Amino acid sequence: MSTNSRKKLLLMGRSGSGKSSMRSIIFSNYSAFDTRRLGATIDVEHSNLRFLNNMTLNLWDCGGQDVFIENFLNTSSQNPNSNNNIFKKCEVLLHVFDVESKEVNKDIEIFQRVLKNLHQFSPNVKVFILLHKMDLIQVNKRDELFKIMFDNLQKIANPFHFKLTGFATSIWDESLYKAWSSIICSLIPNISFYQQNLSKINDILNAREIILFEKTTFLVISSTDRKLITNNDELDPKRFEKISNIIKTYKQSVNKIRTNFETIILNGMNTSIYLAELTNNIFIMIVMDNQRNDDDSTAIEDENLILEDIKIARSLFEKVENV
Amino acid sequence: MEGHLIPDPTNENATILLMGLRRSGKSSICKVVFHKLQPLDTLYLESTSKPTTENFRSLINLSVIELPGQLNFFEPTYDHEKLFKSIGALVYIIDSQDEYLNALTNLSMIISYIYKVNPKINVEVLIHKIDGLSEDFRLDTQRDIMQRVGDELLDLGLEGLQVSFYLTSIFDHSIYEAFSRIIQKLIYELPALENLLDLLVQYNKFEKLFLFDVNSKIYVATDSSPVDIQTYEACAEFIDVTIDLDGLYGDVKDSDESKGNPTKCISRLQNGSVLYLHQMIRGLALVGLVRLDNTDQFSMEFKNALSLIDFNVNVFKKSLEDMWKNSRL
Repeated sequence: MSTNSRKKLLLMGRSGSGKSSMRSIIFSNYSAFDTRRLGATIDVEHSNLRFLNNMTLNLWDCGGQDVFIENFLNTSSQNPNSNNNIFKKCEVLLHVFDVESKEVNKDIEIFQRVLKNLHQFSPNVKVFILLHKMDLIQVNKRDELFKIMFDNLQKIANPFHFKLTGFATSIWDESLYKAWSSIICSLIPNISFYQQNLSKINDILNAREIILFEKTTFLVISSTDRKLITNNDELDPKRFEKISNIIKTYKQSVNKIRTNFETIILNGMNTSIYLAELTNNIFIMIVMDNQRNDDDSTAIEDENLILEDIKIARSLFEKVENV
Repeated sequence: MEGHLIPDPTNENATILLMGLRRSGKSSICKVVFHKLQPLDTLYLESTSKPTTENFRSLINLSVIELPGQLNFFEPTYDHEKLFKSIGALVYIIDSQDEYLNALTNLSMIISYIYKVNPKINVEVLIHKIDGLSEDFRLDTQRDIMQRVGDELLDLGLEGLQVSFYLTSIFDHSIYEAFSRIIQKLIYELPALENLLDLLVQYNKFEKLFLFDVNSKIYVATDSSPVDIQTYEACAEFIDVTIDLDGLYGDVKDSDESKGNPTKCISRLQNGSVLYLHQMIRGLALVGLVRLDNTDQFSMEFKNALSLIDFNVNVFKKSLEDMWKNSRL
């Protein structure tokens, strides 16, 4: 059976940068509006999240007020072996920067000190930085600002030999899902198995696209498109995040009638989209091209065929999950 | 200006006239309901200075005329008589967060004038911006306004006039609900439509069925069971899910409804219900919640039940087409 691997993820950043807001949106199904009622995080808020079958995300949401941050850093330097040292055994650091921050130097100084501690206690940590609240910046200046900030931060990280991965995010659009999706994917050890099996399925189905989503967060785990005719270039490059966003919103709206959804089958203009549960932890979305035929009966056959295929693929992916 | 104001007599559109004091929220309502403006963005709208007319094509063709609040419309330059004669509904908007006594005086003055010209008009009063009032206070405000308007009308000797009141806010679905009811009154074929929907509900165990205008999320008809706001919201948001998902992969350019298969979307919920959407004619969609008990999605009964619904809905669509062919000539 699976060995339950715990991954410790530190979520840090200055006060008010949006750490708890993004955590609530991704993991607790909050809407961007709901985050208004969140208060300041005191000390550290732990949450354990089961992710896929064999992974537990141990998320440490660290309060961002200066008192707390000083406290974390001091504990770590004064008694490095105490259990209160939050920098031990980390797998991922997620540092959030507010792009509208008034005290950029202070932000960077804290980032530097956090990196220094991590370098000492968990040298193999993966470092992600999020430049958050991007919606406040004019659209045409976003890329430039992101590049400047990112280069700056990378320079700071260089002495500690950390390779940064950065994202520009906002809770008001789908950019947050893209960032979290790649953070999560970097933690899944057997991600390549998912990819391989997905390609195999598509050899049979010849779908335009197949995407796997984690069930609770609806983050994209893996995707594949058709090998032969790749006409997917013209599709929206942000479509994965958009789907995550759409489905999360849908989840909230069916919550109002006190239930949750199981499947969506959409027969659209040019495509048919099937969204269903694949395993206990994964949803699968299959996008098929519509064959233009006026015969209704064959359409129903196709639909049943795909639903059956999903059923068969279930056992395959349950095996992958338990590796 | 005058020619712009007064609808063409050959124009068959049902017309809604929006009135109210300045800053009561007329333009905001118009933009949010018909142009999908985000409610928060209405803060930046400029004050309207000229009467504006906008046309919308839905099940019925609709014209929405907005008269700015500061306009003294009893000036002789405007031909009100002609204007008021041609409209189907007067929507008067009252800002409930403001002192509304002035608005009420203004309203009764308009009503007394309009009643002389066009006694068949529907007068709809929106008690607007209720998002700022507490739950108890909303009902008190509504009661107070209804009482005062009633008294005024009594004094004027206009007892027979039908005046409806709605509590609305652009920040939730209440404004759509209100406009749905206002527009439904203008649809001549409504009883027949409701009858058809009732039949569908009866034969297919639908819990609730709406005939939505896809663009504005206004429902032009529903079955005769009471409307539950949660169900309405779930159905309205289901349209968004369908359109957004389809838009990611579909080719938007050839979104002509006569070509290809109509868009259809089915979503099974954990409590055994199914959300069902089927594209109709003229930018409409039939959306409903149907209960299909104790069947799993792969079972034969489930598929049969869905096929039966599909068949019945297609019949409904056919009759809708026939109805419209005959009614608009």
